Amino acid sequence: MNVAKTIRYGAWAAVAVLVAAVSAVTVMKFVQEDVPQAATVQIGGPFELVDGKGQVFTDKNLNGKPTLMFFGFTYCPDVCPTTLSDMQGWIENLGPKADDLNFVFVSVDPERDTPDVIADYVAAFDTRVVPLTGSVDQVKKVVKDYRVYARKVPLDDGDYTMDHTAAVYMLNGDLDFVGTISYQEPEETALPKIRKLLGS
Amino acid sequence: MKTRALLVAAALVAFTGSAALAESIQHGNLTIKDAWTRATPPKAKGGGAFVTITNNGNEDARLTGAVSNYAKRTEIHEMAVNDGVMKMRKLDEGVVIPAGETLELKPGSYHVMFMGLNQPFKMGEELNVTLEFEKAGPVDVTFPVMKMGAKSGKMHH
Repeated sequence: MNVAKTIRYGAWAAVAVLVAAVSAVTVMKFVQEDVPQAATVQIGGPFELVDGKGQVFTDKNLNGKPTLMFFGFTYCPDVCPTTLSDMQGWIENLGPKADDLNFVFVSVDPERDTPDVIADYVAAFDTRVVPLTGSVDQVKKVVKDYRVYARKVPLDDGDYTMDHTAAVYMLNGDLDFVGTISYQEPEETALPKIRKLLGS
Repeated sequence: MKTRALLVAAALVAFTGSAALAESIQHGNLTIKDAWTRATPPKAKGGGAFVTITNNGNEDARLTGAVSNYAKRTEIHEMAVNDGVMKMRKLDEGVVIPAGETLELKPGSYHVMFMGLNQPFKMGEELNVTLEFEKAGPVDVTFPVMKMGAKSGKMHH
């Protein structure tokens, strides 16, 4: 065996070790990130709400596809419009792959967000986002089952605002909670999360 | 030729970029600039507007309120996201702008809140809102309406 060959073998061996090490770290990271919170706390589950046309919409209507779900309300000046705008950006970015996901906006303020109000609000951003509302009890159940924080806070003159969870929920095709995309999270981290959700 | 086209393009970009922002206003010791708001979806009843206020004086200033004809009520609000929960409150006492400092009303923070919009804000329109200060008194500020869900008052992203 000549020297050149030895060096070449040595170099390839080094490359193999490096690749193995990198993959191991990547896999470990992947596994760590993937530890579902759902394993310890039950988040999510079946629901029954009403869509923008006033028709019954349940978890069955998600057709077993992964879902990005946001909880908001139409009086919301900031988090809700910017999140819907983000969703619209994700949909554009994903292209045809966006069809393999559900995008859902659930009102936590059913008293003011009637089906036609929430339908118009959401459609102004992207018609592929499904607007959902429901009776006070229906929404209350989803808020509870999905561990969403939603609280009515009185303002002057009988008006009120809603404190609410600002993150976008990621649910897999079995409706298991797999994580969130936080408010104002940049596309650079949000999109890989969504692609991973699509692959799961 | 190519260079000239490029320069024209650059000038256009620069022009549209700055034209989107209202000019800065001097109001006593206060400099008010970068006012903007967002287009609102149909039937939306709430809207937020944003502006940057610098206090060039030696005394603290206070933004005490806002007045407009666009909504049932126009108020100064604070919002914050803590532990993933968005909370919004009306600031009854307004916001202090310490001497020599700049207060930014911006997404995710302080804003002028329109509660109960009379009609939606449309992109390209301008709102006229009176900001009220404790000592400096009222001043009219023009808020250009950016696109729905915009994250800043600048046209480019």
